[in-house]
Amino acid sequence: MHEYSIVQALIDRVAAEARARGAVAVYHLEVSIGELSGVECELLATAFETFRAGTVCAAAELTISRVPARWRCPRCAAPPAAGGPLRCPACGAGLRLEGGDEILLERIEMEVA
Amino acid sequence: MCQDCGCGDPEVVPVEVHDRILATNDARARHNREHFVERGVFAVNLMGSPGSGKTAVLEATARALAGRRRLAALSGDLATDLDGERLRSAGIAARTITTGSACHLDAAMVHSALHHLAWAEADYLFIENVGNLVCPAVYDLGQAANVVALSITEGEDKPLKYPVMFRQADVVLLTKVDLVPHLGGTHLAAFRRNLERVMPEPVVFPLAVSQGLGMAAWLGWLEARRAATVAVPVAVEGHA
Repeated sequence: MHEYSIVQALIDRVAAEARARGAVAVYHLEVSIGELSGVECELLATAFETFRAGTVCAAAELTISRVPARWRCPRCAAPPAAGGPLRCPACGAGLRLEGGDEILLERIEMEVA
Repeated sequence: MCQDCGCGDPEVVPVEVHDRILATNDARARHNREHFVERGVFAVNLMGSPGSGKTAVLEATARALAGRRRLAALSGDLATDLDGERLRSAGIAARTITTGSACHLDAAMVHSALHHLAWAEADYLFIENVGNLVCPAVYDLGQAANVVALSITEGEDKPLKYPVMFRQADVVLLTKVDLVPHLGGTHLAAFRRNLERVMPEPVVFPLAVSQGLGMAAWLGWLEARRAATVAVPVAVEGHA
């Protein structure tokens, strides 16, 4: 279950940002998780609840936005057919993933002294 | 404290980050990749379920390339050195990364293990990941290519159940195809059909390593990709 190691990386990053700005508390984190990122939002939330105690994120709320996979034809831009092969129904080109594989820390709300 | 009026209320500021949570792993992976490119080593992240035939593929690859190419391998294993022993017996310079309870390798684990392996003299470095179709797909290790071993005994539904893993594969090795006659109703076409639903342009090589079946196509791909990848830095160096 790699969500625990993702949360560890997330808390480390938030701690570094908070340190750099002399923050005294962190209230809110926003992350974006793509449908094809390999990260399960529910498991990530559970892992965050488990690991935040005793860290800079102890009092922080976590908002997770799930980003759907977006496939696009690189040649003719025709909309792909859902559930079928990942090929353009119009020209046959292999589709390209335009979004939906991200694991991003978007925003932190922190209290600065 | 609020800077505007000195009222004593805390000042809450939004900090825009918009960066990958695994940025530290990505930086380490880039560092590994620089090492591999610098030394002209073609690094492959070999993934797949436990028992999919990853080690057997490497043994067969080593036998087929014996005397022509030097192979090195790192093998991720929760508890044993059994795969490492098999790889060394096959003539591969191999070292095991014991992961304990960790379900995947990350770039830092690979980097520390490289210090204990004569990888820089090799033509190929195979990083045999922990047997798992989920977690290894999330971590960049610095490899030049992702290869996924899928044995036909696992069932043709696996690409649909684990789309993240297969989407990132440059090649899928469909292993143990010699068992098709013993698996009533199993057809290779069904595997291909499902791979096409999770990979835009799947490259699939059916293999039966015990009989050497399909090895030529796999080795052909490997040699072509290696030539295309490692030729670039050497050419640049030559002009410098």
